[in-house]
Amino acid sequence: MMNDKKIRVLVAKAGLDGHDRGAKVIAQALRDAGMEVIYTGLRQTPEQIVETAIQEDVQVVGISSLSGAHMHLFPPVVQLLREQGAADVLVIGGGVIPMEDIPYLKEAGIAEIFTPGASTEDIVKYIRERV
Amino acid sequence: MFDSELLKTLQEKKQAWDKKVESRLDKVPELKKVFKTDSNIEIKRLYTPVEISGLSYEKDLGLPGEYPYTRGVQPTMYRGRLWTMRQYAGFGSAEETNKRFKYLLEQGQTGLSIAFDLPTQIGYDSDHPLARGEVGKVGVAIDSLLDMETLFDGIPLDKVSTSMTINSPAAVILAMYIAMAEKQGVPVKELNGTIQNDILKEYVARGTYIFPPQPSMRLITDIFAYCAKEVPNWNTISISGYHIREAGSTAVQEIAFTLADGIAYVEAAIRAGLNVDEFAPRLSFFFNAHLNFFEEVAKFRAARRIWARIMKERFGAKDPRSQMLRFHTQTAGCTLTAQQPDVNIVRVAFQALSAVLGGTQSLHTNSRDEALALPSEHSVLIALRTQQVIGYEVGVTETVDPLGGSYFIESLTDSIEKEVMAYINKIDEMGGAVAAIEKGFMQREIQQSAYTYQRQVESGERTVIGVNRFITDTEMPKDLLRVNPAVADRQVEKLRKLQENRDQRQVAEVLQRLRMVAQTDENIMPSIIEAVKAYATLGEICGILREVFGEYQQQVML
Repeated sequence: MMNDKKIRVLVAKAGLDGHDRGAKVIAQALRDAGMEVIYTGLRQTPEQIVETAIQEDVQVVGISSLSGAHMHLFPPVVQLLREQGAADVLVIGGGVIPMEDIPYLKEAGIAEIFTPGASTEDIVKYIRERV
Repeated sequence: MFDSELLKTLQEKKQAWDKKVESRLDKVPELKKVFKTDSNIEIKRLYTPVEISGLSYEKDLGLPGEYPYTRGVQPTMYRGRLWTMRQYAGFGSAEETNKRFKYLLEQGQTGLSIAFDLPTQIGYDSDHPLARGEVGKVGVAIDSLLDMETLFDGIPLDKVSTSMTINSPAAVILAMYIAMAEKQGVPVKELNGTIQNDILKEYVARGTYIFPPQPSMRLITDIFAYCAKEVPNWNTISISGYHIREAGSTAVQEIAFTLADGIAYVEAAIRAGLNVDEFAPRLSFFFNAHLNFFEEVAKFRAARRIWARIMKERFGAKDPRSQMLRFHTQTAGCTLTAQQPDVNIVRVAFQALSAVLGGTQSLHTNSRDEALALPSEHSVLIALRTQQVIGYEVGVTETVDPLGGSYFIESLTDSIEKEVMAYINKIDEMGGAVAAIEKGFMQREIQQSAYTYQRQVESGERTVIGVNRFITDTEMPKDLLRVNPAVADRQVEKLRKLQENRDQRQVAEVLQRLRMVAQTDENIMPSIIEAVKAYATLGEICGILREVFGEYQQQVML
């Protein structure tokens, strides 16, 4: 972990889903934990998320979807980051995500999936350990 | 409500009693220093007539079916008829949802409630690039009247009441329902149902907005005016606190922001030239039933009383139906846990009971597996059976407002009313709900409450069984519902065929007329009905309106 620089995180709402309670609570918790947090707002395509991630030079992207579209929306974010030479960005995801989907998402390069009930402390710890 | 001599003696006795209890607290302490409701209202050790000595039975409670409706909107309540058991359902294609509807009706459900997928809710056809991955996911995909015809195949519209969770494109979906009724030969005047049609809470909490506030309010008041004449039994709006609560608000904020939104709609309709008693009887509400049992019961009672007062005193409504707050309730989705999901059945039962004791007109009970996926058929059945147990087995329906008169409930009802009014006054000072939303006031208040809630869960101050206490490893249910991924392809194909086979010239004409009407202040409903009958798609109609009205840009705030 870099001590001289704050960890920069992009919290993104992917797709058309409007449930942003979790995304905003996590954004606020990461900020309270001393990270610099950029929140995209609603209705972001994978392309927009990656563009913002690169522009803002973040180390972590947290994507949220509660509408069941995660299988279509999460993997392209990792894919596009790799294509644009930003493969080192840590991508994590959250939302209403069935257990059976998690292996596929991890294989696609999403480092971790946090499901309902996950604590913000665990997420903070997870990010600190890996960045 | 009580004799003043008696109150005086009681007050003295209670003070002595409190002193005695407190003197022993070091030996037998209470579990918390301060007890509070979810809205941060302090709960006393004991409630007696002293705590509600300021209440007037006649002025503040009244009789059921009479102003201010604290005790209920109907004189006989559930002795006459139970609430409508209405499970929100919809997924995949219109064919699949049609099957689920028929199943629910066979199981004794008494009304339908349609969940639409996100592209439909945001006015995109299934082939739009932004619909990728979302078609048929959180609800059924509706691109045109053709899909609505499939959805209601074999369901006569004069035999059901249908609630539709649709907001920005509400006028289009309502137009399809009207067109379908005509095809079924059902007189439009006999249609029963509700469209959510509540745009303000979309900006605040739910996120399926399309247009900016001003044209959105115009669409809403056009619907009010059209239905008042043509579809008189239709609930033209369901002013919703449900999603505000789900986004993290307290019970007080839920009621305050919902009623503030309600005030904004009434004012908009009056500005549009409508008479309050013309449209207000068809306004309905939608609330959340959360965990803090007594506060929830009191919340529903307080909401009725406040709305009645606002309608009568502020807007001069004379028709009693304009003063009655009728509401649908859904149990709190955000309280469901992915851990030990069967425990959710118990949470839902208590939440549902609070809605019934609060006098709800209709109810949706959530399914145990909703923190994991869309509910399976089996889980939905348990949820419906939970309502039936409350309605038919436990006897809570046999007298009106059974908790009315409880010192605690009446005191809470009163406290909630006071705190809600403080918020409403503050919002009035900001220039009303639309201004408060544009300033981000409601959003910030909700966000703060959501964060506090999460902190309380993580610090253990708030117990969530299976999450921060009584944790066990449980096996996850195996029969989770998966939406067939082929649905999206089939839906796109169906749309393509429709667009090839319809009368293109007619479609172009009706869309051109719609554009012209949208640019004036003429009522927009007739031209939308005309467009859906020509099988113009939802995306095409909303596309025209996007061009004329522009699109809302969310203010991103943290």
